[in-house]
Amino acid sequence: MRTVHDVHTAELPKRAETLLRDGHRLALVAAHHDADAVRLVYLFVSGPPDTRIELHVRLDPVRPEVPSLAHLSFPAGRFEREMHDLHGIVPLDHPLPRRLVRHFHWPKGWYPMHPDAGDPPAFGEQEGPYPFLEVTGDGVYEIPVGPVHAGLIEPGHFRFSVVGETILKLKARLWFVHKGIERLFQGRSVAAGLPLAERISGDTAVGHALAYCLAVEEAIGTAVPEQAQCARALLLELERLHNHVADLGMLCNDVGYGILNAHAQRIREQLLRLNHTVTGHRLLRGGVVPGGSALHTLPGRTRLEAIGEDIREIVRLALRHSTVHDRFTGTAILRTEAARDIGCLGYVARASGLAQDARIAHPHTPHGHPANVPMHTGGDVLARFLVRAEEIDASLALIRQLRDCVATGAVLGPPPAAGAGPGSGVGLVEGWRGTIATRVELAADGTLTRVKPVDPSFFNWPALPVALNDTIVPDFPLTNKSFNLSYAGNDL
Amino acid sequence: MNTVGYTAIALQVGAVAAGAPLLTGLMRQTRALLEGRAGAGLLQPWRDMRKLLRKEPITPVGTGPAFRWAPPLLVATSLVLAVLVPLVSTVTPVHARADLIVVVALLALGTLALALAGLDTGTAFGGMGASREMTIAALVEPTILMSVFALSIPAGSTNLPVIVAGAVDQPARLTSPAGLLAIAALSVAVLAESGRLPVDNPSTHLELTMVHEAMVLEYAGPDLALVEFGAQLRLAVLLGLLASLFAPWGIATSASLTAVLLALLLVVLKVALLGMALAAAEVFWAKLRLFRVPELLAGSFLLALLAVTASYFLGGER
Repeated sequence: MRTVHDVHTAELPKRAETLLRDGHRLALVAAHHDADAVRLVYLFVSGPPDTRIELHVRLDPVRPEVPSLAHLSFPAGRFEREMHDLHGIVPLDHPLPRRLVRHFHWPKGWYPMHPDAGDPPAFGEQEGPYPFLEVTGDGVYEIPVGPVHAGLIEPGHFRFSVVGETILKLKARLWFVHKGIERLFQGRSVAAGLPLAERISGDTAVGHALAYCLAVEEAIGTAVPEQAQCARALLLELERLHNHVADLGMLCNDVGYGILNAHAQRIREQLLRLNHTVTGHRLLRGGVVPGGSALHTLPGRTRLEAIGEDIREIVRLALRHSTVHDRFTGTAILRTEAARDIGCLGYVARASGLAQDARIAHPHTPHGHPANVPMHTGGDVLARFLVRAEEIDASLALIRQLRDCVATGAVLGPPPAAGAGPGSGVGLVEGWRGTIATRVELAADGTLTRVKPVDPSFFNWPALPVALNDTIVPDFPLTNKSFNLSYAGNDL
Repeated sequence: MNTVGYTAIALQVGAVAAGAPLLTGLMRQTRALLEGRAGAGLLQPWRDMRKLLRKEPITPVGTGPAFRWAPPLLVATSLVLAVLVPLVSTVTPVHARADLIVVVALLALGTLALALAGLDTGTAFGGMGASREMTIAALVEPTILMSVFALSIPAGSTNLPVIVAGAVDQPARLTSPAGLLAIAALSVAVLAESGRLPVDNPSTHLELTMVHEAMVLEYAGPDLALVEFGAQLRLAVLLGLLASLFAPWGIATSASLTAVLLALLLVVLKVALLGMALAAAEVFWAKLRLFRVPELLAGSFLLALLAVTASYFLGGER
C-alpha cells in the first residue's frame, strides 16, 4: 500500500520528477520538527491500483533548506510556500518566493508551526510591502472586493484588474482565517482529535473525519469491520447530497432565478433533518469514529427516492430555462490542460475532463464503488453544474446499494495490540469537494504528534483566477459559486 | 374646480407616498408566497424605513455635495413626478405642465443624481454601478420618450393628461398596432428604469452583479432610507403611469369629488394588480448577462420606434 523512501536532499528533485512522470500526483507535503532534524514528507499517490509513495527528506534544523520542486509541479510550489510561512523552511530557487499563508500582520520571523513559536503574539507591524501586481494600460482600473462582503460568506479579498467589464487579471488573497488547527491537533488523544477533524471545514465533517480516522487506523493497525466501512461510504454520499443540492440552488439564485433556490434549500433542509436522524447531527458529525461507525438509523428508501425525484425536477427546470442556460454556458471556462497543470481535484477537475475520484483511485472499502463517475469536458459553469447534478444521482444509487450492508449502532473493530501499526498513516477520501488527504503521526503513548490535513480547496483555489480570465465582472459570483471552495479548509 | 383639483393632487401624492413602500412590500410578499416562503409581510418596507431613519447619518470621508444631495433630490423629483403624472384625475391645476418631456427629464435627473453620487464616493463599486446604470439609462430614457410619443401622435399633444383623456374617449387608440407596440416597449423600459429582473436583481447580495445597489452601496441610515424611498416612489409612479396610459378607465376627467375618489380607488387597485403581476412574472425570470441587457433594451427601443412609425402611417383616420 504505502511505501516509504528516505531520500537525500540532493536527489529529491530527481525522485520527484520520476514519480510525477509515472502518473503520480503530489497529494501532501508535511514538515515535522523531530528532535535531531527537520523531516519533510512528500506524499505521492496514484490509482487505481491504489499507490502511495512517501519520500522523507531530513534537513538541518538550524538552516532548514530544501531544493524547490515548484518547476516540476505547481502544487509542490504552493506546499513549499506554505511550509516556509508556517515552519520557516526555505525552498531554494523557488520561482515565486512570496508569502502564501502568512497573515499580513504576523510579526517578522515568527513561524507558528515552529517548536519555539510559543503563544500567538499580538499583531505587529506588517512585514514588508506586499503589493498587488498592477495591470496598466488605457482604461484599466481595479476593483477591490472583500474580505468583508455584502453577503454572509467567508472572508477573501479579490482584486480585479478590469477593462470595461472584462477581467484582465484576478488576484485572490484568502488567508484571513488561520486557526492553527495543525497545532491544535498536537498532543491530543486520537479520540480528542476527531471533533477537531470534523470542524476543519464545517460542510465537510464526514470527509475530514473519515480521512483522519483512516489515517489513525493505519497508524495503530485497526481493522475496520465491513459494516462500518459501508456506513462510512454511506455517510460520505449523504454529505455529498446535501452540499450539492444547496449549491445547485445557489447557482440558480446567483442568476436571479430565486424560486429554484427556495426549493433546493427546502430539499437541503429535508436532507439535514434526515442526517439528524442518521447520526444525531444535522451535518453528520459523530457518524464516523476511529475504528468504526456509529449510526442511529438508516435513511428511508422511499424518502430518498422522493428527494431524488425532487432534485431531478429542479435540475430539469434550471436547464430548460433559456436565460439560466445562457448564463451557465461558456462562462469561466477552465481548460483541461490548465486543470491538470494546477492539479485540480473533485468536481472542478471532472468538469474539465479529468477523471479524478478517490473512490476509484484510493477506495477505503470494497463496497460502494460508484458505477460511473460523471464527467464533462466543457470546463464552464454549466459543466460544473451538470457534473454535480449527475453526481447526486450517482450518490443516490450508491446509497441504495450500501444500505444493504450497513448496521446501525456502534460498529467498532477489535482494539489492536500495542505497536501493531507503523505509527503513521495516510487517509485519502473523496469528500464532496474532492480528494481529502490527511497524514497522521502518533507518539509511542498513542497521542497525536502531527496531523496534516489537506482540503481539495488548497489545490483548486488557483484555478479560479485562471478560469476567470476574459470573463466579465458580473459573472464572478456565479463562477465562484460553481467552484465553491472552502476558505476554512484552505487556511488551517 | 380648483378645490377638487387640489384635492385630487393631494390624494394622488399622499397615495403614492404612503403606498409606494406598501407596493414594494406587496411585490416581495407575492414573490415569497409564490416561492413557498412565508415572507416578511406588507409593512416590512415601512418598518425598514423606520429602522433606517433612527440610525445616525454617516457620510464617507472625501465625498462632496453630489453624495449629500442625491437622496433628497431623488425623493424630490419622484414626488414632483407623483404630482405631475395623471394618476387620479386629468383635470388638475398643474395639468398643463405635465408634459412628456418634463416627466422623462425628471426621471433622468433622479438617475443622474444617484450616478453622480456613486462616482462621488470614489469607490470602485460606486463607479462601476454608475457606469452600468448610465449604460442602461441611456437606452431606457429614449425608449420611454418614444413610446409615449407614439401615443401622443393621435392625441396631437405631448401633454400626458391630454393623452390619457384622449384614450378614455377613444379606447380604440390603445388597441391599434401603435398602442400595442408602445405598451410592450414601455413595459420593458419601466422594468429597466426601476431596476427589476431581468435587468437588475433588487434582492441580490452579490456586490459585483449589482447595478442600482452598487451605486448606492455607501449610503447608510436616513440617507439610505431616502434612497430606498425614492426608488419605491419611482416604481409606484412608473407603474401608475403605465396603468394610466394603457388602462385609463376610471380616471377622473371632470372636476367631481366622487369621480376623484373612485379614480383613486381604481388606480390603487390597478397598480397593486400590476405590481403583483410583475412580481409573479419575476419568479419565472432570471437575470440576463450584463452584456445581453443592451440587446433587450435596444429591442424595446425598436418597438417604440415601430410604434411611432405605425402611428404616423396607420393614423390616417384621425
